[in-house]
Amino acid sequence: MDLSPRELLFYADAIVAVMTAMMVVLHRNPVVCALSLVAHLCAVAMFFLLLDASFLFAVQIILYAGAIMVLFLFVIMLLDPAGEGVAGRTGNIQIVMTGVAAAALLFSAARVVPAIVDLESAGGGRPTSLPPGYGQVSGIGRLLFTDYLFPFEVASILLLVAMIGALYMGRLGKVGPAGDKEPE
Amino acid sequence: MIPAGGILVVSAVLFVTGVIGVMIRRSALVIFMSIELMLNAANLLFVGMARLLGTMDGQLFAFFVMTVAAAEAAVGLAIIIALFRRRRTTDVDQVNLLKW
Repeated sequence: MDLSPRELLFYADAIVAVMTAMMVVLHRNPVVCALSLVAHLCAVAMFFLLLDASFLFAVQIILYAGAIMVLFLFVIMLLDPAGEGVAGRTGNIQIVMTGVAAAALLFSAARVVPAIVDLESAGGGRPTSLPPGYGQVSGIGRLLFTDYLFPFEVASILLLVAMIGALYMGRLGKVGPAGDKEPE
Repeated sequence: MIPAGGILVVSAVLFVTGVIGVMIRRSALVIFMSIELMLNAANLLFVGMARLLGTMDGQLFAFFVMTVAAAEAAVGLAIIIALFRRRRTTDVDQVNLLKW
C-alpha cells in the first residue's frame, strides 16, 4: 500500500516510541531508564507535531523532556540507587497479575478500535479544514482564557500547593511529622 | 492522514507498557517514570481524538494533564528523597509498613 510521508513518519515514530517505552520499563540502570524516557517523550512530541498540535509539541519538549527529566536525573544523581534488575525478585503473583491487567487493558482497547475506525470512515470526524490557529499559541491561548479559565486558575493553585508540598517534604533537618532529627 | 485507529493502538500499547512497569519494577524512581509513560499515553490519545474531531478541547486537556504531571513529579520526587533520607532505600518492597 502507498504511504504518504506523514504516515511513514507516524509508523516510524510509533516504533521508536514503543521501543523506548520498553527500555524504560525493562532496563536495569535507572539512568538508562531516564534517558530512554527522554527519547520516548521526544517521540511523543513528534506525534503531537504530526497531529497539528505545534504548541503542545513545544511544551512537551521544554516542560517534559527538559524540566521534569532534569528533576528525575537530579534525584537519581542525589540518591544513586543501585540497579535492582527486573525479573530477579519479582514474585509469580506479580507476573500473573501483570499479565491479567495487560490482557484486560489491551482487550478493552481492541473493543474500541472498530468504533473509532467507523467514526473516521463515516466522515463524521476528521474535518479537512481545521479552524485557524489550530494547535498554535493563538488558538490554545484564546480557549485557555475563555472556556477554560476556571481550570486554568485551579491549575495555578495546584502548582502552588505542589510547590509548598515539595518544599515541606524535601527540607533538611526534621523529616516528616514524626520529627526525628537527621545526623546532618 | 494519520489513521485514528493507529493512534489508539499505539496509545494503548504505551499505556500497558507503563502499567507493566509499575507492577514489575520495585525502584520507586522507575515506577514514577512508568507513571509518566501512562500519562503520556493518555495525552497522545487526547491529542489524537482532538485532531479526529477537529476541536482543540483535547489539546487543552493534554495541557492540563502536563501541568498535573509536573506537580506530581515535584511532590513525588520530594517524597522519594524524604523516604531515602529515612530508610536509605528506594525499593518499594522494603517500605511496606502500611501493607496488610
